[in-house]
Amino acid sequence: MGVREGLLALLHEGPSHGYQLRTDLERTVADLWSVNIGQVYTTLQRLERDGLVVAEGDADADGRVPYRLTDAGRGDVTAWLGTPEPRRDDVRDELVLKVLLARRSGLRDPQDVIDAQREATMQALQAFTRRRAELTPEQGLEELLALDRLALRARAELDWLELVEQRLDTAAPPPRHTGSPTDTTTDRVPATLAAEQS
Amino acid sequence: MTTHTTPADGSPVLVLQDVHRVHGSGETASTALAGVDLTVHPGELVAITGRSGSGKSTLLNVAGGLDVPTAGSVTVAGSRLDGMSRAALAELRRRHVGYVFQADNLLPTLTALENVALPLELDGVPVGAARGAAERALARVLPPEHANRYPDQLSGGEQQRVAIARALVGERTLLLADEPTGALDEVTAEGVLRLLREAVDNGAAALMVTHDPAQAAWADRVVRLRDGLVQSAVTAEGVEVTL
Repeated sequence: MGVREGLLALLHEGPSHGYQLRTDLERTVADLWSVNIGQVYTTLQRLERDGLVVAEGDADADGRVPYRLTDAGRGDVTAWLGTPEPRRDDVRDELVLKVLLARRSGLRDPQDVIDAQREATMQALQAFTRRRAELTPEQGLEELLALDRLALRARAELDWLELVEQRLDTAAPPPRHTGSPTDTTTDRVPATLAAEQS
Repeated sequence: MTTHTTPADGSPVLVLQDVHRVHGSGETASTALAGVDLTVHPGELVAITGRSGSGKSTLLNVAGGLDVPTAGSVTVAGSRLDGMSRAALAELRRRHVGYVFQADNLLPTLTALENVALPLELDGVPVGAARGAAERALARVLPPEHANRYPDQLSGGEQQRVAIARALVGERTLLLADEPTGALDEVTAEGVLRLLREAVDNGAAALMVTHDPAQAAWADRVVRLRDGLVQSAVTAEGVEVTL
């Protein structure tokens, strides 16, 4: 995730070799992501093949080859930095599904689904908040930015749960499968199934 | 901040037992609190959340003796509030309870320092001592050169920090905050909450009403009210950040 572009951006600072690039990359993201050294080497080879970096001279005593950024590579990463990240909007969100299925099936009160999720998400938000409180922008900007993002996602989820609760309060009764098309009173287990269970 | 008189035995600062509050009577009666139990210990920040009308502000007022329960009992710093005379209640509030509301209640004709010293002076603390304590409390929240500014010469965030210093000055054990960061921007609000957290970590107990999950997350315990009852309580303990 972003290793390719990370390598290009770091090489803009000057020629470097794979091992050093990995260290620098991990430091940039406050060691939040661990970067696989093998991936760094294969990525460098691919970048070289595509003309975005070139090997600069020979391997040193440890067999490390320094790479230099080409103009094409600089253009590539500059364009990447200026491109918005694709949004990950997935309507097939499992939480939405849980609420809707709980409501429809009657197997659980949808409020239980909301309460359980709210507790888990609030605990995560509390943990993020506590960790953030220990950091200052001077000391831990990298981690702070990552935590801000996680905290805001958690808040969005809590806001959404609040909204769900309010919407369910005022919503019409859920649609349920019924014993017969005209029978609208059956609301749980179909009669045949109920008979089998007893 | 200031030193707090923390009960040595770790006994709770605030205890609500089966607290009911019904406004009005007969057909127009509306129930704000329908039997709430809540205990807050020193070193604990408790957030009260819930929708509008869930009873959270009433809970805060009842806890601070500003509103009287219809049934149930409220105990602050070991004293039961019911049956207490008006004067005794006022005395208890002054001695133990600090309030932080949205940034609109600093007295505009007093400087930041005078605002912070005021509760102590009202308490009968000699002016010199009151000023000294106020200076110390204020130094934690504002650069010293701001101490003699008037509220309208301070930013919203600074005003709210002064309000917290004022709530904490003296040896107050219970802080009651109603949406303490109001309309402040995120980073400024964080500074205010950090201060509240610090006071609590130094031994105060605090109850904070908020509708904002981001604020509530600063608390050790998040209590959610619904229709005047505790719907859920979430504690922060044991959750680790894994990135």
